[in-house]
Amino acid sequence: MSAALAASIPPTTPESLVLSCREVRVGFRQREVVRGVNLELGAGEWLGVIGPNGAGKSTLLRSIVGLTDYSGTIDLGGGHRPSAADVALVPQSPVMPTGMTVAEYVLLGRTAHLGWLARESKFDRQVVSSVLHRLDLADFADRFVSTLSGGEAQQVVVARALAQQCPVLLLDEPTSALDVGHQVSVLELVDDLRRAEGLSVLAAMHDLSAAARFADRLILIDHGQIVAQGGPADVLRPDLLSTVYGTPLTVQSIDGELVVLPASRRRAQPPRSPARNPRDTTGALRPRPRHDSRS
Amino acid sequence: MAEASLPPAVMAEPDADPMPVRRAFGMSAGAVVIGVAVLVSVGLLSAASGAAGLPVGGVFGALFDWLPLVGIESSLSAAQESILFEIRLPRLVLGMLVGGSLGVAGASYQGVFRNPLADPYLLGVSAGAGFGAVLALGFGLDLSWGPFDTVPAAAFLGALVAVVASMAIARGGGASPATLLLGGVAMAALFSAAQTYAIQQLSETRAREVLSWLFGQLNTTGWKQVALLLPYAAVCGAVLFVHRRHLDVLRVGDDEARSLGLNPARSRLVVIGAASLLTAAAVSVSGLIAFVGLVVPHVVRLLVSHSYRVIVPLSALAGGAFLAFVDIGARTLLAPSELPVGVITAFVGAPFFALVLWRDRWSAT
Repeated sequence: MSAALAASIPPTTPESLVLSCREVRVGFRQREVVRGVNLELGAGEWLGVIGPNGAGKSTLLRSIVGLTDYSGTIDLGGGHRPSAADVALVPQSPVMPTGMTVAEYVLLGRTAHLGWLARESKFDRQVVSSVLHRLDLADFADRFVSTLSGGEAQQVVVARALAQQCPVLLLDEPTSALDVGHQVSVLELVDDLRRAEGLSVLAAMHDLSAAARFADRLILIDHGQIVAQGGPADVLRPDLLSTVYGTPLTVQSIDGELVVLPASRRRAQPPRSPARNPRDTTGALRPRPRHDSRS
Repeated sequence: MAEASLPPAVMAEPDADPMPVRRAFGMSAGAVVIGVAVLVSVGLLSAASGAAGLPVGGVFGALFDWLPLVGIESSLSAAQESILFEIRLPRLVLGMLVGGSLGVAGASYQGVFRNPLADPYLLGVSAGAGFGAVLALGFGLDLSWGPFDTVPAAAFLGALVAVVASMAIARGGGASPATLLLGGVAMAALFSAAQTYAIQQLSETRAREVLSWLFGQLNTTGWKQVALLLPYAAVCGAVLFVHRRHLDVLRVGDDEARSLGLNPARSRLVVIGAASLLTAAAVSVSGLIAFVGLVVPHVVRLLVSHSYRVIVPLSALAGGAFLAFVDIGARTLLAPSELPVGVITAFVGAPFFALVLWRDRWSAT
């Protein structure tokens, strides 16, 4: 861990690009879920992908890790397609097998590095050990992953992704199952690691305020296409968000940080078209028609 | 060294205290030592017990004398030595090989199907082998081929046909475990029906002969059966041993496994292929020995670890020890006549099955 790396985030220049997507399209049975996405991820950058459920965020991430077929190019530079040695995924709802210890679970991150005989080396164990120490999980090493709380489990999943020793970390709505305290602590952990280790982060995020706080740049996706991108202040505009999410939203600046809130319904709002995606990020419990654009 | 070729995000801190982590990896040499010790003790016990009443001290002396670099004057007569080396020892070794094969195959199936109730007969191996054996025993087909006698050859072919058909129904290893499992159920049902029909057409004596084969028994003629099974046990066992870590990766599901760098379909295909071939070879020399492949991996899992790094190798040791031990009962309980060893394994296995289910229920509440 070099202090020099921690000090600054390199600017996004063509030389420091770590990942680029060109015209990426993913279709399931004639229906395109990702429709021609272009994006670039710079070294040390945190790029947030936001958008309503079913917009294609997860599918985009899955295509980058090679979990779905796609057309277009996904490139790590020099025509090199990403593999598990380059890109580590923190899945949305990770499987926690019964009877597997934390150390064994983190060791799974070394799968891509294992040799022909599939036997882990001393170095693999060292990596696991130092990752566990780095995340203060050493005392958890022989706990079973199935007995961990949600926040602890998510830390262990991040640890597994780190053990992959990839320059790019993909987060698929990593905190959607956590309470607000653990959401922040997991995202802060990732942010610290990014600064200290020079990782690049591409994260699909539900919580728009968290996205504003942690991401350097945001990409807003709707119906499989990028509808806005740029710095958080450029993308998080009330009119844009209200249209995309299909519910009135306001954006406020509190102590210099952008906070996205549902607008009060009592205020006069233009009537919403019923064909619009009636989704929001707040999970507000009110009856509404369902228009699932994807399963 | 490895450090030189690392990607930029290096996490290694060589000064980190590895102790808590080392403890957690949990593949204890102790478990292996105990496993080997149990296997050897069962072997000695089995070699010393039987209808002929060989003197125990003489048996041990002869066995140690048999080892290379050991010279002990054996007190056994030539006739006793030939009983030991031509009858007891082949059967003991066959029991260990068959038990070990079924244990490893069962562990592999449980890993690949992510299902604790999977056993080596899941994809129709038993029904296919049974049907083949019924045809060979009952209708006098001559399928002897190379070193294979008719019945083993027929059972082996039947088993492989059933597995290949199951996988074809499910369209290969790329299919989900659930689809494969259902393909196996369909094939097992089909072959069982064919087998039942064929048995019904047989005379009573022939039918008895077929049924006793179906129950499973360790009959040896010298070292012949051992020689038949040994190459399969060695090759398939090695393949499964090498893939034991893949089974651990598969525990997090296909998607995550792929994102971690594993090709789940390919791993599944290799493991199912090797385990099925191993099972078919074991069944062809011993008939259908129930429950070993189901029970043994569970014992290892409950006693030692849930990791397939541990379960696969220890299931070989434990399966070998278990079947060799149970076979002592098969040979001696009703001496001079013999119980089919499959009956005893089922007697032991069925209550154990219930125990595992209860345990699951307890831990669920």
